[in-house]
Amino acid sequence: MLSLGSGGGKTAKPSFVSYVSPEEIKKENVNDELKPHLLPGELVICEANTVVKYSREDSLQRGFYGKLVCTNFKISFLSAEQLLDEVDQSYRNKLMGENDISLHCVDQIFGVYDDKKKPLLPGAVKNKIPEKLLLYCKDFRVFHFGLTYTKEEDAKRLIRVIVHHCLNPTSLKCLFAFSYVGAAGGLKVGPLGIEGEPPTIMFETKNDWRDELDRTGGLLTYRIISSNENYKISTRLPQFFAASVSDDDIKKYKGKGIPLWCWSHPSGCALLKMAAFPETVDDNSSQMDKGWIDRQLQVLGETHPLNHTIKTEILSATLPTLQEIQASYSRFKQLFLPDNAAEFWESDVKWLSVLENANWLEIIRQCLKKALDIVECLEHSTSVVLVEENCSDLCCLIASLVQVIIDPHFRTISGFQSLIQKEWVMGCHCFLDRCNLLRNNDKEVSVFLLFLECVWQLLQQYPPAFEFTETYLTILSDSMYIPIFSTFLFNSPWQRDNNQMLDEDRRMRSRSLKLPSVWEWSVQFENSVQALFYNPLYIGKPKLDRFRRTQRIKDPELNCLEIVQENVLDMPEPQRQMSLPSSPSYHSRPSPKKGFFREETDHLIKTFLGKKISRWTPTAEDHSVNNRLFYENWRSKPIDLHGLLLPLHDGPALKIWGQRYLRWIPEVQIPGGGLTTTLNKACEIIDEIKTLQTKVSQCLLKRQPSSPNTDVFTPFHQSSRLSSTFPFGTLRRQSIKPRIPVSTNLSMSFGSMENLPDDEEDLGLL
Amino acid sequence: MKARGVKEGTSTCASSSVIEQTVHKTTAVMPSDSISQTDFSTDFRVLRDGNKLAQMEEPSLLPGESMKDMAKDVTYICPFTGTVRGTLTVTSYRLYFKSLERDPPFVLDDVRTIRFAHKQEGHTRRSIFENLMKYAFPISNNLPLFAYDYCEIFPEDGWKVYDPIAEYKRMGLPNESWKLSKINDNYELCDTYPAILVVPVNVPEDELKKVAAFRSRNRIPVISWIHPESQATITRCSQPLVGMSGKRSKDDEKYLQIIMDSNAQSHKIFIFDARPSVNAVANKAKGGGYESEDAYQNAELVFLDIHNIHVMRESLRKLKEIVYPDIEESRWLSNLESTHWLEHIKLILAGALRIADKVESGKTSVVVHCSDGWDRTAQLTSLAMLMLDSYYRTIRGFEVLVEKEWLSFGHRFQLRVGHGDKNHTDADRSPVFLQFVDSVWQMIRQFPTAFEFNEFFLVTILDHLYSCLFGTFLLNSEQQRVKEGLQKSTISLWAYINSQLEEFINPLYVNCYNHVLYPVASMRHLELWIGYYIRWNPRMRPQEPIHQRYKELLGKRAELQKKVEELQREVSNRSASSSEKAGSPSRSVTPIQTVI
Repeated sequence: MLSLGSGGGKTAKPSFVSYVSPEEIKKENVNDELKPHLLPGELVICEANTVVKYSREDSLQRGFYGKLVCTNFKISFLSAEQLLDEVDQSYRNKLMGENDISLHCVDQIFGVYDDKKKPLLPGAVKNKIPEKLLLYCKDFRVFHFGLTYTKEEDAKRLIRVIVHHCLNPTSLKCLFAFSYVGAAGGLKVGPLGIEGEPPTIMFETKNDWRDELDRTGGLLTYRIISSNENYKISTRLPQFFAASVSDDDIKKYKGKGIPLWCWSHPSGCALLKMAAFPETVDDNSSQMDKGWIDRQLQVLGETHPLNHTIKTEILSATLPTLQEIQASYSRFKQLFLPDNAAEFWESDVKWLSVLENANWLEIIRQCLKKALDIVECLEHSTSVVLVEENCSDLCCLIASLVQVIIDPHFRTISGFQSLIQKEWVMGCHCFLDRCNLLRNNDKEVSVFLLFLECVWQLLQQYPPAFEFTETYLTILSDSMYIPIFSTFLFNSPWQRDNNQMLDEDRRMRSRSLKLPSVWEWSVQFENSVQALFYNPLYIGKPKLDRFRRTQRIKDPELNCLEIVQENVLDMPEPQRQMSLPSSPSYHSRPSPKKGFFREETDHLIKTFLGKKISRWTPTAEDHSVNNRLFYENWRSKPIDLHGLLLPLHDGPALKIWGQRYLRWIPEVQIPGGGLTTTLNKACEIIDEIKTLQTKVSQCLLKRQPSSPNTDVFTPFHQSSRLSSTFPFGTLRRQSIKPRIPVSTNLSMSFGSMENLPDDEEDLGLL
Repeated sequence: MKARGVKEGTSTCASSSVIEQTVHKTTAVMPSDSISQTDFSTDFRVLRDGNKLAQMEEPSLLPGESMKDMAKDVTYICPFTGTVRGTLTVTSYRLYFKSLERDPPFVLDDVRTIRFAHKQEGHTRRSIFENLMKYAFPISNNLPLFAYDYCEIFPEDGWKVYDPIAEYKRMGLPNESWKLSKINDNYELCDTYPAILVVPVNVPEDELKKVAAFRSRNRIPVISWIHPESQATITRCSQPLVGMSGKRSKDDEKYLQIIMDSNAQSHKIFIFDARPSVNAVANKAKGGGYESEDAYQNAELVFLDIHNIHVMRESLRKLKEIVYPDIEESRWLSNLESTHWLEHIKLILAGALRIADKVESGKTSVVVHCSDGWDRTAQLTSLAMLMLDSYYRTIRGFEVLVEKEWLSFGHRFQLRVGHGDKNHTDADRSPVFLQFVDSVWQMIRQFPTAFEFNEFFLVTILDHLYSCLFGTFLLNSEQQRVKEGLQKSTISLWAYINSQLEEFINPLYVNCYNHVLYPVASMRHLELWIGYYIRWNPRMRPQEPIHQRYKELLGKRAELQKKVEELQREVSNRSASSSEKAGSPSRSVTPIQTVI
């Protein structure tokens, strides 16, 4: 049996990896046969030999030597030793190897000159070649490449190319996706989502929208709008969507100022979103706008049965601005890029306060709180209209978060992917600008990532409620930086459709040029890796979608545990939702509807236009009290994992998404530990259950004794080999050494405590 | 899991704003099983009418518990839900509050401060208060602790869990280098050590006595753990009495040399001094100090920078402030940092990690001490043993570990916890054992499958550390416990725990012998133990779906296994009856398609 600690001192066992100290490198030992694995349409731009890749695990003292290649898609480090090593990996991305860095994944580039780290910026590459090239990636890998033994001109050229291709602005058509799809020609479109799973709804067609309206029971009140077919009205709207207004109204302001349907609550009220009008100087037109919005909301109110109240929620008024979000994320991500062990342990001392200062957790908290507010309204049968200037950033975030909280369908993999299609892709979230793929820096904001963060917090609070694992979320977040997927490449469906067809042969090849969606997971992963997306703890829902039940058959892990029931509505029945004792303050409030249409109108318009006036709804403190009550009422009942799932946002409840942020830092890897072990254990148990089930059915069917050999379960001691960062940073080292904190001079000062007698105070007697 | 198991209290009694007195360590405790009973008993709605109060049920009493006083119409000021009116009962064991308006009775705990506003006339009030003071702090009032009255019967005798000779035998002791010594049979060599000690074979008794004279409180270096393969040992002791003049003891030096020589794998010995070096130096002024590397050949001295009991007490006080009653949301992290609580945990874990690393990877013997060798030393040796030896990660193994490293080696539980003593500002109190359990919890979190016990097990141990329901944690040393006849007059906590093991079993446990665990002692992984420190906050109540889910899976598996067995038995019975014709059994490997 594996003993984790044995043989710590000596590494007697020969390993695949032969570490070569830079001094040992013989220059003639250049391996020219190494060829990068190229994708269709990928071209090598330049390469350099005898580059040393220092390993962070070995405190940057040792490394491999090999060849560094830059293509129009990635930077790739090739080494004979490492190729062998890769064979052993259970987690493999078909597009990107372990030592491949997509050009869009590079976040910062540094050169080390005389042990000093200096940023390398386009246009400012010095003649002097740095000893080391440091690449910081958006997925938090940090690469240290030594160039000391590289030919000078090669190194110089390589650095220039890397800096140019990673940092210089580019244009949409130059993105690798287009050469990839072009070269692949009739690229086979893989199945959307995961084989054997219900398909991801793309919301590209009328039917998709109708089905969703139908599923949520919104069909009575809302209709499918198809007047924007071929983007006739607006390029900032999808071709089809749902709303309750007339086609004329939509045309009038190009889709602005009308409430678009997101989701319907079983009680009949709905979640909607609306783009505000841009600020106008013209008083006349602002008067017009005002009347317009009044009318729209009135129409909305009338269409709802049972006189639902309607509340507008101006997101910019209470949530942090996009600039604040990005500034915070920039600070936050820097915390997870320590250069070496010393830096790591040094920052460990003040870790908590540094984390707090980055403010990222606070922003997550505010999003969760806002979502809670809205969930509370919906649960109280109040429709909510989210308002934002473009209706494509915080609107997407809050709308989708609310739906994950309320609707268990969106906690399945296919449901979650459909949700992202509905709210983000069709909601015209500007992925291209927000991910800054073209590197015109001013618009970069990690809004989508913030959404994934919020979902991760929920997942971490209620693990059995989600069909997917954190690995799924992490991989999804990584996929944003692989510029192949149509999902993350465009600012709107219009832009996508417009760019997916090449003008010259639009008719002939328009279909074949379709870029893959990120949901075509087979583009990136084999089935064995996709299995990691499934949460073994998920309690399969016994209820199936009305229109999808036939497809939901093959969940490899969980099928056995689900009781398949046919023909049940997916939506939770009203009695499963919580029925709250209405908090008195909630009802004693003046009717929002009334207030809205009369006195408050001016105010609202001002808010719309000027965006600096506080909301007409109760003050923040009022609300947080409500919020608390709402949560506590819900919490006092047993949790229904297929019902409402309220996130807890108190200080101790919010955590760091360790898998995403800490996975490459060797100091925090727990050998043989971490959440991974629990999930693995659960998978093992499920496997055993499956084997037993087959055996039972075999026995029942054949009434024959099964082979006694099959009784023996091979215990998976694999889990002990895994580190906490599985599947990302697999343990390569033969011996596991503890990470002993470097003792830093503690800043702790205990004042008078130091002077108190130590615990042997009566030593004086001796 | 009813996490509201057992409570011990820091309660503040405020009555009509006249008397406000801080009461510490109220022994108000109910074992977790009986609380669920009381939960049920309150399910019926009590009429609000004051006249009918008398009909209200009394708390169900434990065997040996008796009612002392009762006050009606008391208001409990709950920081989470506002005020609650009810009846307050004082028994010989606990403070019991029964609400008129809400279902769950309120019970007191160690991180909460409870305020009762008392509306009644002076007479009743005084009597209730006096009784509370009397039974909350029996020691200060010359009364025995409730543990001596408690007389519930459990199937197992918990006092038999730890047998030192069996435990040393499990480790392979005695062997050619180490022997069991009876020199301390009557606690004459060292009154805070256990009767049985393991010392090097070749050291005669008089030399041991000379070594004892050079170690603070005679706590000589003795074995805590020995590596089954390399024979590297962990020995524990107290600081050497070096003093200002830099005294030396040839016997002590020789003794450590013998310890080093007993491990053939290494020509070095590490001395881990748990203290910050400043404190170790300061101890010289009081006659203590540390081993100088000049005097001890081949020894390397390492300071582990763990602070003293006073610093720890202060840290816990600050921690209580930030978690109760309100948690400041946006400043949470910096508030937590300012308590230094996790930083202390980190240092303790890091120290144990270094010890485990030296023994395991370096195959080197280590000596661990602090000042007296009963606080920080116990933390370090027991944690290192937990990392190195998978036996201690089982429920029984952990009980043995606590009995051995903490109880038998004289961690002064009574002084550190202050059982039944009202002087809560006592400078001898310190959460040393709590820190150990917290560190174990951090390890459980990092290695969810490596421990047989669950979080609730740790919480239960801590609750009974304060509860005085069981005799386990009473008094300060083995000698005192023997003298008081504790084993006869009280019940051991382990009896209670071992009688309901299923409550404490971690469903994820995988028994892996020989696995050494190296937890990561970084703030990135350390977390505040919400399930203990903040469990009274209704918002933070632990969610248990994961373990629940595992139990379901395991149940499913067990059910299927049973079914398979049944079917196979059935099938084999059939085939046995027909085996005469069936021929060789190897046939069954390739299933035959016969439908019956």
